[in-house]
Amino acid sequence: MNNACILKNISYRVWHMWRRNIDISLVTWKTNVIPPLIEPVLYILAFGIGLGAYVQKISFDGQYYSYLAFLAPGMIAVGVMFHATFDTMYGAFVRLRYQKTFDAVITTPLSAEDILVGEILSGATKGLFAGAAILLIISLFGLASYPSSLVVLPLSALAGLMFASFGLLFAAMAPYIDNLNLPIFLFINPMFLFSGTFFPLDGMPAWVRLAANLLPLTHLVNITRAATFNRLTPALLWDLLYILILTAAIAYVSIRKMKSRLIK
Amino acid sequence: MQSVIKVTDLHKNYGELHAVDGIDFEINRGECFGLLGPNGAGKTTTVKMLTCALPLSGGDITVEGMSVTKNPRGIKYILGVCPQEINLDPDFSVLKNLIVYSRYFDIPYAEAKKRAEELINRFHLHDKLDRPIEDLSGGLKKRLLMARALINKPKVLILDEPTTGLDPQSRRQIWEEVRGMKNNGLTTLLTTHYIEEAELLCDRLVIIDAGKIVEHGTPKHLIEKHLGGKGNLEDVFLKLTGKHLRDE
Repeated sequence: MNNACILKNISYRVWHMWRRNIDISLVTWKTNVIPPLIEPVLYILAFGIGLGAYVQKISFDGQYYSYLAFLAPGMIAVGVMFHATFDTMYGAFVRLRYQKTFDAVITTPLSAEDILVGEILSGATKGLFAGAAILLIISLFGLASYPSSLVVLPLSALAGLMFASFGLLFAAMAPYIDNLNLPIFLFINPMFLFSGTFFPLDGMPAWVRLAANLLPLTHLVNITRAATFNRLTPALLWDLLYILILTAAIAYVSIRKMKSRLIK
Repeated sequence: MQSVIKVTDLHKNYGELHAVDGIDFEINRGECFGLLGPNGAGKTTTVKMLTCALPLSGGDITVEGMSVTKNPRGIKYILGVCPQEINLDPDFSVLKNLIVYSRYFDIPYAEAKKRAEELINRFHLHDKLDRPIEDLSGGLKKRLLMARALINKPKVLILDEPTTGLDPQSRRQIWEEVRGMKNNGLTTLLTTHYIEEAELLCDRLVIIDAGKIVEHGTPKHLIEKHLGGKGNLEDVFLKLTGKHLRDE
């Protein structure tokens, strides 16, 4: 099985799988729509207003910002990460192991690749929705500049593809559902804390910055913050390139891995 | 007689294990063909290869002249698959399960809705139209699976142990449906380990054990050949596959 083979087996039918997953989300919409809107408000209250009262102005790119303003774009990136990753990680695992959805769909004209690309697309849609919802909330707090903040939308969609691919990979690698705690503990939570979401990386020792730059969330936070601050620069293209390459690589690996689990 | 499905020297290996070990058979248009065998004989593995859900280790299967290795999508468009395991979408209603499934075959919504409503009436599911799947009994779930398998108006219906775990009433109802479809000329492949079911429904059958075909013919012919016409197909089955327990 090579790359060309995976591409050859992908068709427009990915949207049938996408639509199935979105329809499921609409059935249970209250649990899917409300959290992305409430979560950032809680973060902004706790960290921005609560903790922020004790934090001096934060310097970013030569400008000073309140802690709340600094934190807000980080919350967008974190929301995209959580919603896209968890959607495929738990969703795909449940569909594979418990609901046997993939077994049902594989006997219809959809190929395994159609199913799995559909999974990544629907996970990315959840990520995009979370990103857009949080952007809306922080815009209401007056924490986003326009029009540059509109960059957040396509960026969230791209990052959604990346994190949904990671989620699918974790689902494909986990023998049991409890094993999914491991990527949360080792990957998701460290990124949440150390990707420049809560504090700037500029003042950190070189090794910390190097480590943070390996984490995909750091690059998403960089661009998202620059977009909401209206400070987009060409140097951010490196961050974008990193995300693009990682997205393609992880999407490929996750589809391969999950396919081998689906078809034995 | 024209054959619709042709299985030639079919193999499936898992390492050293030969789950399917050189099976040949043909299914003619309009007949109900039985695939019998004890647990672990290779029935479901054969069905999975036929439905393009499992790659072959050797041999070939063609459906209406299309090979599973060369044109899986073409085959999957004309197959109706009623799986052994219940894999309905638990979050959707009865109707929505059929509608969502119809999309996988590119059936437009208006047509899908019409077909779904027909099938819901035919399989006596109309009282449960808007109910979530978890509210359905085992028999109703199986009936919905069978209705779902027909949404694309298949040329070949695959029934993988359609009555396993059902009460006698539900089982009889499924049998009625299978007979009805056979009378309408639908080609059907039925796997089962209920011998009574095979005797009642199948025009011809093969008995497989340990991945190999041990006998083939019509139920009547097999009883005649092995028991001199005295007894039933179950006696033939036990004579050929032995009485020791499986899954051990």
